[in-house]
Amino acid sequence: MDGDRAVQVSTEVRQAVAADHPGREKRVVGRAHRKVDAVAKVTGQTRFADDLFLPRMLFAKLLRSPHPHARIVKIDTRKALELEGVKAVLTGEDLPIPFGILPVSQDEHALALDKVRFVGDPVAAVAAVSEEIATQALDLIEVEYEPLEPIASPEEAIAKPEPRIHDYGDRGNFHKLIHLEFGNVEQGFAEADLVVEDCYFYQGSTHLPMEQHAAVAEWSPQGKLTLWSSTQTPHYVHRALSKVLQLPPSRIRVIACPNGGGFGGKSDPFSHEIVAAKLAMVTGRPVKITLTREEVFYCHRGRHPTLMWVKAGVKRDGSVTALHFKSLLDGGAYGSYGVASTYYTGALQTVTYQVPRYKFQGARVFTNKPPCGPKRGHGTPQPRYALEIHLDKIAERLGMDPAELRLRHLVPPHSLTANYLRVGSMGLGECIRKVVEGSGWREKFRKLPYGRGVGLACSSYICGAGLPIYWNNLPQSGVQLKLDRGGGVTVYCGSTEIGQGSDSILAYVTAEVLGIDPFDIAVVTADTDLTPVDLGSYSSRVTLMTGNAAIQAAHKARDLLASAVAQKLDVPPSRLEFAGGRVFDVQDPERGVAFAEAVQLAEAAFGTICTVGSYTPPPAAGRYRGAGVGPSPAYSYSAAVAEVEVDPETGIVRVPTIWIAHDVGQCINPVTVIGQIEGSVYMGLGEALMEEMVYRANRNLVHKIPSMLEYKSPTTLEMCDVVTYLVEDPDPSGPFGAKEVGQGPLLPVPPAIANAVYDAVGVRIDEIPITPEKVLKALKAKAKGDAGRFGPISFPEIPWPDPIRVPPPWEGGDGTAVGDKGRGAGGMRERRTRAGDYAGGEARG
Amino acid sequence: MARRAEPPGHAHISLEVNGEPVEVSFPPHKTLLEVLREDLGLTGTKHGCELGECGTCTVLLDGQPVLSCLVLGVAAAGRKVKTVEGMARGPELHPLQRAFADLGAAQCGYCTPGILLAAEALLERNPRPTRQDIKEALAGNLCRCTGYIKIYEAVELAAAWMRGEDAAPPEESIYGRR
Ligand code: FES
Ligand code: FES
Repeated sequence: MDGDRAVQVSTEVRQAVAADHPGREKRVVGRAHRKVDAVAKVTGQTRFADDLFLPRMLFAKLLRSPHPHARIVKIDTRKALELEGVKAVLTGEDLPIPFGILPVSQDEHALALDKVRFVGDPVAAVAAVSEEIATQALDLIEVEYEPLEPIASPEEAIAKPEPRIHDYGDRGNFHKLIHLEFGNVEQGFAEADLVVEDCYFYQGSTHLPMEQHAAVAEWSPQGKLTLWSSTQTPHYVHRALSKVLQLPPSRIRVIACPNGGGFGGKSDPFSHEIVAAKLAMVTGRPVKITLTREEVFYCHRGRHPTLMWVKAGVKRDGSVTALHFKSLLDGGAYGSYGVASTYYTGALQTVTYQVPRYKFQGARVFTNKPPCGPKRGHGTPQPRYALEIHLDKIAERLGMDPAELRLRHLVPPHSLTANYLRVGSMGLGECIRKVVEGSGWREKFRKLPYGRGVGLACSSYICGAGLPIYWNNLPQSGVQLKLDRGGGVTVYCGSTEIGQGSDSILAYVTAEVLGIDPFDIAVVTADTDLTPVDLGSYSSRVTLMTGNAAIQAAHKARDLLASAVAQKLDVPPSRLEFAGGRVFDVQDPERGVAFAEAVQLAEAAFGTICTVGSYTPPPAAGRYRGAGVGPSPAYSYSAAVAEVEVDPETGIVRVPTIWIAHDVGQCINPVTVIGQIEGSVYMGLGEALMEEMVYRANRNLVHKIPSMLEYKSPTTLEMCDVVTYLVEDPDPSGPFGAKEVGQGPLLPVPPAIANAVYDAVGVRIDEIPITPEKVLKALKAKAKGDAGRFGPISFPEIPWPDPIRVPPPWEGGDGTAVGDKGRGAGGMRERRTRAGDYAGGEARG
Repeated sequence: MARRAEPPGHAHISLEVNGEPVEVSFPPHKTLLEVLREDLGLTGTKHGCELGECGTCTVLLDGQPVLSCLVLGVAAAGRKVKTVEGMARGPELHPLQRAFADLGAAQCGYCTPGILLAAEALLERNPRPTRQDIKEALAGNLCRCTGYIKIYEAVELAAAWMRGEDAAPPEESIYGRR
């Protein structure tokens, strides 16, 4: 390819790319590129939050609770303050205003005010001239606690409404109770040829980003606060700082440094960020706080341990007549994203296979453990695990091939589901065919020798949440472009680079529209002073939303340039093409100007060339309470086949290979798409086989293994081979048709492995992680003639509220609940009118 | 327990860092990781645990990969340290860096410096590593983003380039299998 002087991809990659891809030659989108930050990352130049060192910087440390549940009687900080080198000590009273990511769960304090709720809850903070002195000072803070009875598990939370961990929530220690019904499931079960019921458990796990959370705060005597942080959501941190510190947002600048991995674990505003900011304000010096790895385990916000009960009715051909799903989430000590997580455990069951009648009951309880929140897949890997194993069992009972069963009943593209999710492009069928063929499924399924097996599972994920986290009617993503008369373009966007390639996406799509090289584009992101709001790197929203916003901004710039160039060349603007760094007449490509000249012509004609674009998702189709969680501009689809080897002597499960196909709509950059798929498979493998957050029930609910050595995660030696198939079924909502890839491909991995274990040794492990002990127990039970199964056997009684009944579209429903006239979509925003109470605009300086 | 933080006497050492002689003084309890990052301004070396569990802080000490969070700064006296900042050859990326950038083997990039150095040490002693050799050499380096696969492919590609071969990545690692 000629003319790509600056595309800094090695020629070797370039050649491999060009081969067999003739149609792609003139485009950026769909081709392999280096990420715009790749060179900085391989040379050590990327500055993560802990890499910042400011003059006169102090170091902060947090004193954390040793009790899982206790009242704070007294805190004495005098001795700590007397230690030489200590510059400030804070306690809860210094930061009394609560915060939290969701408007309905403003239940956290930067430092505990009157109560601690888990071992690791921050109680006091010290800033000192060195980390050592700050750590010493923590020992000098005297806290008198009055221990309260800890709530260790969901069962205990249900049994003991008192003591309440929080004074809000649906009742007792229930944080949230949900009951939704779309059509009459009992009728559906009556019509079924087969009804299958079972329980499943998905253990909690943590994100374990390689980078420990860090933040640096600086206060200018001018009255402005700057915070650099390893956060995925600078906009929400901005709002939380404004609320808690009582500063107007215009006096706060939040800069999200590139995250050294996030996976959802850096999506909440955190105590340490607020504390660093306050300490900088109090001392007048920059303050850095870097969590230890142990503290990262306490921050958590990881996968909710979830108990599930599934009842499915099917016809002989495998078509579902009704699905009833219950989930019970162990939320840990705070709300975090938990209300959304709870809804998500019931939202996406309907977007893969047709479900004509659907009932969901979800409950989240508070317990005295580190808070759970969003981890890659947010609330959906758990139900996906249950559902995909359940379908495997159903297929067996019906004597059908599990791949065939799924293929026969796929949700049609461009359709509405029972719970009013609008499905767009739907490439799941193609995904299933790819992995079935690639893995040699037909030759292997139920045919491999004892000890070896294959399993299949599918899934779907959202491409961004349809509704923002706090109620507003503003765009979810904004992009600003500045065109330099030398031909360079700068893209400004609030999105946050966490390794997924969001900075690069902005460059690629802008380059595609303007016909220039992505490496002639500078990208400025995640800085609340400089960049238009983007809500953050969560819910797989970034490519779709920032991509669309960037395309809109780029088209506006292109129109300006086209009109100026059209005048000069005396052709209609519609005849101009932007490609190869030129703007030219398509009918006479020789006639044209260099891109830089086009900018100059436009600048002369219209003044400085800056354009903006923004993206707002389409409104949700559902209008019942709870309809706010699940709608998305588009859904990605994945299918996976896992091959396993199970040693019946030891119970050890090895996974040599996973075949995975992912419908990404359209690859923007296939190399990064594959990277996200491989990374998702890796994380799913870890959850399937080894990762778990466990606590010492008999010793104060202390985290059992808050270290990287003991919290098992896959190393190179456990990681499987991955064969990836990219399926491109462009979605009209996506930028150039693109859908998400960062989270969805994790989902089919655990159930595919569980189904493969069954194929290998004939036992069902209905509980994640699939450890050797569980496999052995199931094998022993089977040998004794019992059910060859390991997993939960019952779901507790829960005081469910009355159901919200919403007739599905095919029963004449219009998305509203029975007896409820035109209520807005919501679920997380019951206290909508109060959301403004803490909105940035209302804070006082 | 001491109620006052005693400023300890500083250690003063000479060593070679990325090919240049360096003198540095620091409190003697500091680890090599801390000395590199805090006293020499070489923040390219990262940390994920500071307990010897993750491999993120890997640097080369006299050519051997070590966990810099487990090495005292004073133990580097008179020795040669190489960090990620010293890998490029002038304005040219090291072949490993180039391959990692091309193949997306650095996602968040946080584990990358440590993995690059561990890989460099591997290729130094074994210019033609098998996939299994690479897995074993990198088994102490956790990466939470990539699933390691792009890392293996990048090491293999760089190894081929370093052997003088005109290698290209397999199409499958860019476009997936068809
Ligand atoms: S930081 Fe040294 S091994 Fe983790
Ligand atoms: S690239 Fe993020 S941890 Fe390896």
